[in-house]
Amino acid sequence: MAAGDAHVPAQAAQAMATGRSIELILLGFATVLVTGALALVEANQEQELTSSIVFVGLAYLALFAVGHLAVRRFAPYADPLILPCVALLNGLGLVMIHRLDLAEVEKATALGRELPTELITRQVAWTAIGVALFVVVLWLVRDHRTLARYGYTAGFVGLILLALPGVLPSEISEVNGAKIWLRVGGFSIQPGEFAKILLIVFFAAFLVQKRELFTTAGRRFLGMELPRARDMAPMLLAWGLSIGVLVLERDLGTSLLTFGIVLVLLYTATERVSWLVIGLSFFIGGALVSYQLFDHVQRRVEAWLDPFADYNDSGFQIAQSLFGLGTGGVGGTGLGAGRPDLVPFAESDFMLSTLGEELGLIGLAAILVVYLVLITRGLRSALSVRDSFGKLLATGLAFTLALQVFIVIGGASKLIPLTGLTLPFLSYGGSSLVANYALVALLLRISHAARAPQPRRPAAPVVPIADAGTELVERPR
Amino acid sequence: MNTPVRRVSIAVMAMVLLLMANLTYVQVVKASDYSGDPRNQRVLLSEYSRQRGQISAGGEVLANSVVSDDRLLYQRVYPEPEIFAPLTGYYSVNRAASGIEDAQDAVLGGTDDRLFVRRLSDLVTGRDPRGGNVVLTVDPNLQRVAYEQLASRRFTGSVVALRPQTGEILAMTSTPSYDPNLLASHNAEDEEAAANELNAADPPVLRNRAISETYPPGSTFKLIDVAAALSSGRYTPDSQLTAASTITLENTRTQLDNFNGNACGTSATVSLREALKRSCNTAFAQLSNELGEQALRDSAAAFGIDTEIPAIPMPVSTSTIGDIPDAPALQQSSIGQRDVALTPLQNVMIVAAIANDGQVMAPHLVKEIQDPELAPVETTEPDRLGRAVDGNVAATMTEMMVNNENSYSSRGKISGVQIAAKTGTAEHGATPKTTPPHVWYVAFAPADDPQVAVAVLVESGGDRSNLAATGGEVAAPIGRAVIAAALGRAGR
Repeated sequence: MAAGDAHVPAQAAQAMATGRSIELILLGFATVLVTGALALVEANQEQELTSSIVFVGLAYLALFAVGHLAVRRFAPYADPLILPCVALLNGLGLVMIHRLDLAEVEKATALGRELPTELITRQVAWTAIGVALFVVVLWLVRDHRTLARYGYTAGFVGLILLALPGVLPSEISEVNGAKIWLRVGGFSIQPGEFAKILLIVFFAAFLVQKRELFTTAGRRFLGMELPRARDMAPMLLAWGLSIGVLVLERDLGTSLLTFGIVLVLLYTATERVSWLVIGLSFFIGGALVSYQLFDHVQRRVEAWLDPFADYNDSGFQIAQSLFGLGTGGVGGTGLGAGRPDLVPFAESDFMLSTLGEELGLIGLAAILVVYLVLITRGLRSALSVRDSFGKLLATGLAFTLALQVFIVIGGASKLIPLTGLTLPFLSYGGSSLVANYALVALLLRISHAARAPQPRRPAAPVVPIADAGTELVERPR
Repeated sequence: MNTPVRRVSIAVMAMVLLLMANLTYVQVVKASDYSGDPRNQRVLLSEYSRQRGQISAGGEVLANSVVSDDRLLYQRVYPEPEIFAPLTGYYSVNRAASGIEDAQDAVLGGTDDRLFVRRLSDLVTGRDPRGGNVVLTVDPNLQRVAYEQLASRRFTGSVVALRPQTGEILAMTSTPSYDPNLLASHNAEDEEAAANELNAADPPVLRNRAISETYPPGSTFKLIDVAAALSSGRYTPDSQLTAASTITLENTRTQLDNFNGNACGTSATVSLREALKRSCNTAFAQLSNELGEQALRDSAAAFGIDTEIPAIPMPVSTSTIGDIPDAPALQQSSIGQRDVALTPLQNVMIVAAIANDGQVMAPHLVKEIQDPELAPVETTEPDRLGRAVDGNVAATMTEMMVNNENSYSSRGKISGVQIAAKTGTAEHGATPKTTPPHVWYVAFAPADDPQVAVAVLVESGGDRSNLAATGGEVAAPIGRAVIAAALGRAGR
């Protein structure tokens, strides 16, 4: 360490490195983009353009200013790009949900039906709750390493949350064929979304604790070191979990997500490719078996291979999504000028085709880049944070976002079979949104730890060379 | 632990690249397939965002689009729905169009290549794009008369009128008809309910009987026998045939009777002319046996039977003479029974060819295509399909058909106009002796200078209990009324 560095006043170093002003400026930029998008939607839907749009924009800015202040207060060194990316995605999602509301209201008016309840008010409320949870997590979790202590608790609670809808009676837990809900009173939440984070905490804590165990060499086979059979437990647990979810809750997406995350965590913790090979063979085996056993899996795969073969039934959703994407083309029809409401579940599972129709390939590319920035900033934090638990946790959280984006976008664009999951921050759905805010808060917490200056160790007492003790030095050969 | 994290980062980027590549494939390579797919409702919605052209005839609007107050900008309107429905068809949000709306969709929607220059100038000048217009050959008044003649009697049937020299369709009706406005409704529930009701209607209303249904032609088919006989050169109108009231079909014990079991006149033999006038089944059974299957088939094909009629522009069902496995089958087929099945349009084409010196003209409905400003873009030229009979055979047949008409009961006859005609009364159904027959009247007039050819078909005698219905009693008055209206228009 150069002597000069040590003498820079602490105040100045903080001001230079936090990047909080960049975050604020970027949030302002996101506000401009989102407000502009809203204005376009209103203009194209022939709604009256009033000054109220400005107020909506300001309210949005105020909401994220709260988040920003919380970061300033509780995690001042956190990565400055993460929150603006989230704000932009969430804001765009709100605009599109509002846009679909307008289409539904118009449809209902034309058909003389009862006006549908607007989704946007709920989603705005969920956003506020999400930001509130975000603040609470930042406030509560002052050091992410404390989470490691609650690893088993998190795992236990996560398991219960994940399994709960599967074992509860269908009238409480089933919506559209997927048993992934908890409906209590007027509220419905998907506990699986929260379970996802808790399970990542558990696996990260567990793997850090038992790391040596898994790196212990087993038998060598085909140039790979295979783990010992008794070390396979976490793998088997993940596999069992995802199959359980698939069977009990008919939720292909969550099943795939859970399995993928555990696989990546195992690989990251052990640095051994053999885990990937074993995991993928488990995956392929599980996929083949469930294809043989479950009708709904077969239907999904057939609809993926040729959505137009059974156009009116199983292929309908994906075909509609492709029509939307194809109509959008490169430049899109323009916000508010397309017909994304023709696609079923346009506001949730098929938010992609809504965006793709109106913003085109260019817009989708931009959104993918925003996701990529968000995810890579998370992975960047994993690289620079010093403790193993933080690295694993950040990798798991960031990769969850990545895998979910991949599964959803790939599913809606016929790259992979369709599974019911939401686009993080963009799609309608309270649980997913709120849970992802908690996820981002944890990422920010870790990135704060990664970027905060090291607490300075007391300088070693300067001892005159004559008084220094002797050291045993090994002679180089 | 940093190496695996870096690898995970690379994997994430690869995933995003994969997504981008696939989205590029969907939104660029396959974009036009998806955006143009007929199942993509956006196609229809964008169709409704430009004003569709009008369908008109004789200066009257049969279908047009007016500004509506809902999401779909234009509402399709049919001012006289039932009368013109077999021509216009319908244009619906939720189902495939029919009639001219379907057959001329590209012109009406403005996407036809012939309107290309116009579209280009719309793009440059910023005018709202509009569809082209279609003008029909139909005479609206004649169409109304033809419709009223059937509808006022609650008959199920069809009337088709042609101009023999050009093949222009002057009237084409199918009753009972329907209201295409119901199917053009933008209210999905109303439209669905109307469609269900129309689809379930009995007798069916959505089928265009004139071109989509085939019926046994009965005695009107004897014109084909006569054409074959005269064309062979071995027969004249005076050639003698059996006058027996009944004959035994070749190689069988089956008896074929004349209508009501009457003998064909008082002698043992009868002339071809007289046999056609009296429509004696026995005489034609003998004639067809002498002519042979091939002569009959050739004659029928020359008039268009068992050949594909060019779209008018709606597709026309192919009429057929059917299977003729043996001699008795030939004899039955020669009197328009057994498997012989003609569309009313095919039947009128036969008499129109006789009226047109033996030339078969392509029947057509579209007179002209116009750009949105009503300026002509393309006018249909009459198209000759071929020669059915020589001019002198046609003249002889005309003379024989005049002889027919003058022997029929005189209901509805027009003074000063000589009609040439043939009637038909065809058994059909599983129990032909207890089911009222389909009755026909095919004619053209004036005989010496034909202006119009008409075919009238009334299903099941018009009245399901009238076993004694005949073409002469039921169908002929309708045909004459239509001819009178057509010639009245022509200034006679």
